[in-house]
Amino acid sequence: MTLETSSKRFPEQVRVARADVNLQQALGKLKLGLSAMRSAAVVRLPEFDRLRDEAAAIRDHTLNNLDHYLLRFEAAVKERGGHVHFAPDAAAANAIILDICRAANARKVTKGKSMVTEEIELNEHLAAHGITCLETDLGEYIVQLRNERPSHIVAPAIHVVKAQVAEAFAAHHGAAPPGGREEASALMAEARTVIRRHFLEADVGITGANFAIAETGTTVIVTNEGNGDLTQSLPKVHIAVTGIEKIVPTLEDASTLIRLLSRSATGQEASVYNTFSTGPRRPEDPDGPEAFHVVLVDNGRSRMLGTEFQDMLRCIRCGACLNHCPVYGQVGGQAYGSVYPGPMGAVLTPSLAGIDEAGHLPNASTFCGACEAVCPVRIPLPKMMRHWRERQFDAGLAPRAQRIGIALWAFAARRPRLYRLLSGTGARLLKLLGGRRGYLSRLPLGRGWTAWRDLPAPAGETFHAAWRRRRGED
Amino acid sequence: MSDAGRESVFAAVRQALGRRGPETEPEVVTRRLEQPQPNTVPVRGQLQQPELTELFVAMAGQAQATLVRLKDREAIPAAAADFCRDHGLPPAVVLAPASPLNECDWAAAGVSAERRLVQSGDPVAMATAAAGIAETGTLAMLSGPENPVTANFLPDNHLVVIESRDLVGTPEDLWATLRERGVPLPRTVNWVTGPSRSGDIEMTMLMGAHGPVRLHILLIDDSSPG
Repeated sequence: MTLETSSKRFPEQVRVARADVNLQQALGKLKLGLSAMRSAAVVRLPEFDRLRDEAAAIRDHTLNNLDHYLLRFEAAVKERGGHVHFAPDAAAANAIILDICRAANARKVTKGKSMVTEEIELNEHLAAHGITCLETDLGEYIVQLRNERPSHIVAPAIHVVKAQVAEAFAAHHGAAPPGGREEASALMAEARTVIRRHFLEADVGITGANFAIAETGTTVIVTNEGNGDLTQSLPKVHIAVTGIEKIVPTLEDASTLIRLLSRSATGQEASVYNTFSTGPRRPEDPDGPEAFHVVLVDNGRSRMLGTEFQDMLRCIRCGACLNHCPVYGQVGGQAYGSVYPGPMGAVLTPSLAGIDEAGHLPNASTFCGACEAVCPVRIPLPKMMRHWRERQFDAGLAPRAQRIGIALWAFAARRPRLYRLLSGTGARLLKLLGGRRGYLSRLPLGRGWTAWRDLPAPAGETFHAAWRRRRGED
Repeated sequence: MSDAGRESVFAAVRQALGRRGPETEPEVVTRRLEQPQPNTVPVRGQLQQPELTELFVAMAGQAQATLVRLKDREAIPAAAADFCRDHGLPPAVVLAPASPLNECDWAAAGVSAERRLVQSGDPVAMATAAAGIAETGTLAMLSGPENPVTANFLPDNHLVVIESRDLVGTPEDLWATLRERGVPLPRTVNWVTGPSRSGDIEMTMLMGAHGPVRLHILLIDDSSPG
């Protein structure tokens, strides 16, 4: 398949996540941190909602003309002395990147944060061919040392607490530096020193691209740390790897999307570094890479074009839907078993890996709609999760208990008298069981609920009955 | 292999979009690329001087950059000397050999100015910004002999000179200005808003992740009392 996941084990992974004290402590900060900062930033920009409409329109227009814009982007990169490679799938992308690294006699490669290279498992591929690929984003670096996958698309190590970072550094860097390993600032300084050496030694630098601008053949990265810039400016070769859907028409269109991206992701007015890279270094430039390659990865994206899942391709990977999701907020990213977790992952992962692999994910939603409400490009995430549930049901992949339950309900729902009889009896019975307290602590077939909390007992009367009674009173 | 890959990607995209094969570029695409138009531009950045300068100063401060206003370019070396003294650093800066800042009288201010590419571990490097974006307090750095790109990221302290007449309101103004000047995009355009930072350890935002720990802006402002 195009995306490797452990999403089939979602229920077990959720149980592990719920019992993980460190993770629960880390997730508690998510709501107070990123969500609150986003809200404050939105208030400071009165045009925010109009920009969201325009951003969605920019993405729609580009996707509907993707063949034309890909050609223009390719031509513009070539005109400025760069190279564009098209990869139909993960294997092709890895092969292209390995070829470029080999042609540069690369032994050591540094990498800026890139979800697409996580998706194609580039690090593992290069390592299998004797090339060390080092993550340089602080969060990605921590996750790589811990031999894990990122748990958030913007804050990869959000599940890790300080003491665990110190442990990972002790295991890989040896004795503690003079500043010790107690404070976050000391840990960051230690990482800065270690990773700086890698920047200077790397033969090739690999980054993602938040946007690829057709007008100028420019790739854009948006970071706060500056690691992407050191990655792409110091080595002699720069490879930018991104999805085919990341094309935007013009510098102006990119600017509109950047306004939304920083605010939606971290609540910043602007991320610290927005970098526009066009071709390799020029003859008069004293530094910068001698070669510039862009690898555009399909890996299942073209299959979504022209379908009910096309809107998902508008995504600019800000992570706001993760930060606002009550399910993500309880289980974190790793339970999802995919590099794309949370609501965006619940739609994207089945699209890339198949619904048979990732069927649990679109079901792990309360449909509260918070994700759609904060999405900067207005992706109708709950609607698309529903599409996946329908496809899953139609394909006969839904669990047996669920299929039987729905079949029984449908049988009754098509027979109004039977339905009223059953629901009326049920409501009275449950009220009785609820007793004076009005709550049920145990319920046959309802342990999934009552194991965690009491169920409020119904009022003893169905809506139908109450409605008829009221009309009678009028 | 990459050519077969290219064909395969284009075939898949065209099929998904219901094309019968390679089609002529629609007018709407050509026009959009050849006459780029701004989308909604927030009112905040649509200002004239002196408000433009005031917004730039306020936003740069919000992004944790420090800033000093200077009456003219002659005041640059003394301002660099002040910065070094305030942070307990020897009075020494690194300049690109082709930097316009070479014209300054560094010796008179007691500052040693080395003309070379910035190296990792250099305490202080100086650069000049082509423009500043008031909306976000952002510096626009254009790579080239005058401003090598690595100088923006390798030093611990980054001192950037910007003239108030080079301030624009918004990114859209920046692109329009560059197109008017007729200069093609350099290899790298860096928008820099404050010093490098990371919140990757327990969401505590700390300065100096990989790039400069401090960003100090020297704003040349004719209207400033100095």
